[in-house]
Amino acid sequence: MSGTFMGMPAFPEAAREAVDNPTLRGNLRHATHTIRAKRAKAVAEVSDWAELREAGKRIKDHTLRHLDHYLVQLEEAVTAAGGIVHWAADADEANAIVTRLVQETGESEVVKVKSMATQEIGLNEALEAAGIRAYETDLAELIVQLGKDRPSHILVPAIHRNRGEIRDIFEKEMGEWGRPAPEGLTDTPAELAEAARLHLREKFLRAKVGVSGANFMVAETGTLVVVESEGNGRMCLTLPETLISVVGIEKIVPTWRDLEVFLQTLPRSSTAERMNPYTSMWTGTTDSRAADGPRVFHLVLLDNGRTDTLADEVGRQALRCIRCSACLNVCPVYERAGGHAYGSVYPGPIGAILSPQLRGTASEIDASLPYASSLCGACYEVCPVAIDIPEVLVHLRERVVQGGPAVREGNKVVLRPAKGHAAERAAMRAARWAFSHPGALRAGQRLASRTRRAHPRHLPGPGKAWTGSRDLPPLPAEPFRDWWQRTHGGKDGVQ
Amino acid sequence: MSGPEVSSRERILGRVRRALADVPGDGAPPAGPAYEQEVERGYLRRHGDLDAAGTVELLAENLADYRALVHRCSEAELPSLIGRLLAARGARTVVVPPGLDPDWLSGTGAERVEDTATDSPERLDAVDSVVTACAVAIAETGTIVLDGGPDQGRRRITLVPDHHVCVVRVPEQVVSSVPEALERLDPVRPSTWISGPSATSDIELDRVEGVHGPRTLEVVLVSA
Amino acid sequence: MRVALFLTCVNDTLYPDTGRAVVKLLNRLGVDVDFPMAQTCCGQAHYNTGYRHEAEPLARQFSDVFGEYDAIVTPSGSCGAMVRELYPRMGERARAEGRGDSLARTLAPVVTKTYELTEFLVDVVGVTDVGAYYPRTVTYHPTCHGLRGLGLGDRPRRLLRAVKGLELVELPGAEECCGFGGTFALKNSDVSAAMGTDKVRNAESTGADVLCAADNSCLMHIGGTMSRLKVGMRPVHIAEILASTEEEPAV
Repeated sequence: MSGTFMGMPAFPEAAREAVDNPTLRGNLRHATHTIRAKRAKAVAEVSDWAELREAGKRIKDHTLRHLDHYLVQLEEAVTAAGGIVHWAADADEANAIVTRLVQETGESEVVKVKSMATQEIGLNEALEAAGIRAYETDLAELIVQLGKDRPSHILVPAIHRNRGEIRDIFEKEMGEWGRPAPEGLTDTPAELAEAARLHLREKFLRAKVGVSGANFMVAETGTLVVVESEGNGRMCLTLPETLISVVGIEKIVPTWRDLEVFLQTLPRSSTAERMNPYTSMWTGTTDSRAADGPRVFHLVLLDNGRTDTLADEVGRQALRCIRCSACLNVCPVYERAGGHAYGSVYPGPIGAILSPQLRGTASEIDASLPYASSLCGACYEVCPVAIDIPEVLVHLRERVVQGGPAVREGNKVVLRPAKGHAAERAAMRAARWAFSHPGALRAGQRLASRTRRAHPRHLPGPGKAWTGSRDLPPLPAEPFRDWWQRTHGGKDGVQ
Repeated sequence: MSGPEVSSRERILGRVRRALADVPGDGAPPAGPAYEQEVERGYLRRHGDLDAAGTVELLAENLADYRALVHRCSEAELPSLIGRLLAARGARTVVVPPGLDPDWLSGTGAERVEDTATDSPERLDAVDSVVTACAVAIAETGTIVLDGGPDQGRRRITLVPDHHVCVVRVPEQVVSSVPEALERLDPVRPSTWISGPSATSDIELDRVEGVHGPRTLEVVLVSA
Repeated sequence: MRVALFLTCVNDTLYPDTGRAVVKLLNRLGVDVDFPMAQTCCGQAHYNTGYRHEAEPLARQFSDVFGEYDAIVTPSGSCGAMVRELYPRMGERARAEGRGDSLARTLAPVVTKTYELTEFLVDVVGVTDVGAYYPRTVTYHPTCHGLRGLGLGDRPRRLLRAVKGLELVELPGAEECCGFGGTFALKNSDVSAAMGTDKVRNAESTGADVLCAADNSCLMHIGGTMSRLKVGMRPVHIAEILASTEEEPAV
C-alpha cells in the first residue's frame, strides 16, 4: 500500500517519475486544461471578480488577525446551538478525539464526506487501528480508497486516473468493500457514477456516524457550511445520528453575510460552476420535534501547525486558502509533476507553501517543496483570496537556505540552514562578490569570451542539469560592456 | 468537557495570541459598520439589473443550463402539472412535507407518503418522488434553496428519492444574487442549496450528472 | 531626460547583440541612452533562490548606479519586475526585521523609474510603430514576469504588429511558463525540460520562423531546447526585431 506520504523522496526525484509516465502526463494535461478554460469562462462571467477577490482576502485577513476572538465566539455559538466543541492541538489529539467519539456511539463504521483536514491528520488509518472502518463517499476519494492509492489533487483526488483505470479499479475492488460493480461495467463516466451510487447507497442508509470537514464556519451564528457536488455530503451530514466535523481553525468567517463572497468565488474557482450542485449549512442540531439531521453534533477544531503558520508574517497568508484548487489546475509544474510528487495531501502551489509551514522544513521533501515552482505567478493570478504564492515560496526558500527564527508546535525556534545547500550558498556568495566588483565581473566575462571555443557542449557536475536537455548559448566574442567602451568610451555619466 | 481538552483549548488560543504578537491593536475586533468598512465590500449586490420578469427568465435559463427540467404554469394549473410530472415519471409513491399545500397533489394518483421523524432512510429509499416548495431561488446561479420550512420538510426527503419536484413561486421567491438570498435566510435553520441534479467532476474533471442525490430535478415556476 | 540602459548581467555577458539593438533602437527614436559601466546584476537570482541577504548589497549597488537617472530601461521583464516589485518588498522585510528604513529609502528612487523596454517605448516614448522592418513570420511568447509581474499586456504585440514585413502568428498556450524559472531550471531540471519541450512544440506548430520574447533568460532556455530538439526556429529578443530596419535588416 502506497497510501502514505512518509519517507517521500525530494520533489525533483518524485517529479521525474511523473514526467516519464506518459499516461499520467496525458491524464493530468487533459484534466487541467479542461478545467482551466472553464474556470476562465466562469470567472469572466462576473464583472466584479476583482472586488470579490479583494473582499475575500480582507475577510480572511481580518479573521486571522483576530482568530482567538472568533474561535471563542464560534465555540459559544456552536455550543448554544446544541453542538459539542473539541480542540485538537495536533493530528494525534484530533484522531484520538474522533476515535473516542465513534467508540462512544458503539459503532464500528463511519461514512465520510471528502475532507482535507481528516486526510491531513490520517484519520482513516487511526480509525482503522482502532477497529473502525471509514468509508470514503466522494467519488474521487472512493477511487483512491478502493485503489489503495494516494490523493493527488485537492478537489479531484483521483485526477491522475483516467476513466479506463477507474473502471478497472471498480471492477476489481468494489466487491471487497461491499456491493460489487455491476456486470459489464464500461468506462463511460455516467456508468462509473452509477456504479458508485449503487455501491455506496447501502452504506449511507445504514450509517449511524458521519464524519466531515467544513468549507466555512460562521463565528457569529455557529453555522457550518459544506460545499459539494454529488450528494454524498448531504447523505453523510443528514442521515447519521451522530455527526463529527473536523475543521481547521482557519476556516472561520466572522459573519453570515461573509458567505456571500465565498459562495460566489469558490464554485467558480474550483469546479468552474456558477454554483456547485449542493451546499449544506447547519447550525448545531435541530430540536427533536424537527428531527432534521443528526441528534448529536461534534465539532473538532484542529490546529496541527496552523498557529505556527499564523506566526509567520509572510507565510500566514497561506491560511486564507479556501481549498478551491484553481492554483493546481493552472500550474505548469503540477501538470507535469503530478500531485503525488508533493508528498502531502496538499499538492500543487498551495501545497508547496502549506506543507512546509504545517509540517516544518526538516524533512527532505518539505525542504524541497519551496523550489517546486518556476515562480511564473499563474497561481497568484487565479487565487480567489489573492494568496501571493510566489512571495511565500521565496520566503520559504530563504528559510530553507538561511534558517532563522520560526515557530514549531507553538515554540519559538531558530532553524539552522538546511543541509545540502552549502555549495549553492558558496556560489551565491561568490556571485554576489563578483557582482559587487564590476572589474572582477568584467575580467571573468573576458576570460569566458576568449576561451569560448574551448567550452564543452555538455557540462559535467551540476551543469549537467542544464545540458542534459538544453544546449548552451554560444558565448559572444566580447561582452556588451567592452563594445560600449570601444564605441561610447568616456561618455559614461557615472564614472 | 474533560480536563485535557480544556488545556488544548487554552494551548491553541495561547498559540494564536503569541502568533499575532506582531499585529498592532488589542482584543476585540471591530464589529458592525466598522467591520464592514474594514472588509470593504466593493463587489456588486447583484449583477445586471433585470426586472422581476427578466430575473425569472434568468433563473429558468440557469436552472436548465445545469440540467434541471424547468416548467412554468399558473397556480390553477399546478395540480395537473404535478400530476403529469409524476405520471410521466411512473411514480407510484410520493413523499410530501407536512406543510405542503394539499391542493398541489390533488392531480396525482401517486400514493402520498407522509414523512415522520421516526422514519428510517430505507423507507425513503423506496419512495419514487418528492414534491416540495422552496425558501428562495437565485437567478444568477440557477439555485433553489430549501430551509426546512413546513412546505419543504426535513433535508433527507429531498435527498434519498431519485426524483425531486420543487415548486418556486415567481416572482416573489426569486432573487437575483447570492447576497440577496443570504439576506432572506435564517442561519438557525438548516439549509440546502441545490443547483441542478447531483453531479460530479471527479472523472477527468468533466461534469457528469447523477450521483447520490436525486438524479432528476424538476423545477416548477408557478405564477399567481 | 537622462535615460540609462540597465542591460542585465545575462545580456551583458551572453547577449550583447540585444544590448546593441536597444541602443540602436532608442537612438533611432531620438532617445540618448547611457550605459553606466558600474552596473552588474539586480540580485534576482539570489533573491529568488532564497538568498535575500546576498541580494541586498546588489540592490543597493543598483540604486547607487542608477539613482540619478530619470529613467532606467531594461530589455528584461524579469529583471524589471525584480526592481519594481521585489525591491520594495526587500525594503519592507528589512523594516519588519527591525533594521529600519535605510534599505527601503535607498531603493525607493529606482523603483518607479525602471521600465521594461516595451513599456518604455509605448508609455514613455509614446510609439508603437518604431519604423522597424523584419520580413519573417514571428510568434510571441509573453514571459511570466513581464506578463504577470509588470503587466506588459499587449504592448509587445502592438509593437510587433507595427513592424513592416512581419507576420505575427499566435502561439498556442502562450501564457504558460516556458519552464526556465532561474535556478528552477537546474533544481527541477526534469520538469523544467518538460515545460520547455511543450513550449517548443507549441511554437513549432505555428510554422513561424522566429520565436520572439522580451527576456533573454527565457529565450536561452527555449533556444537551448530548440537546438537540442533540432527544431529549425530561431529565438530572437524583441529588441533585435524592433531595431531591424530596411537599411540594416537583422535577418
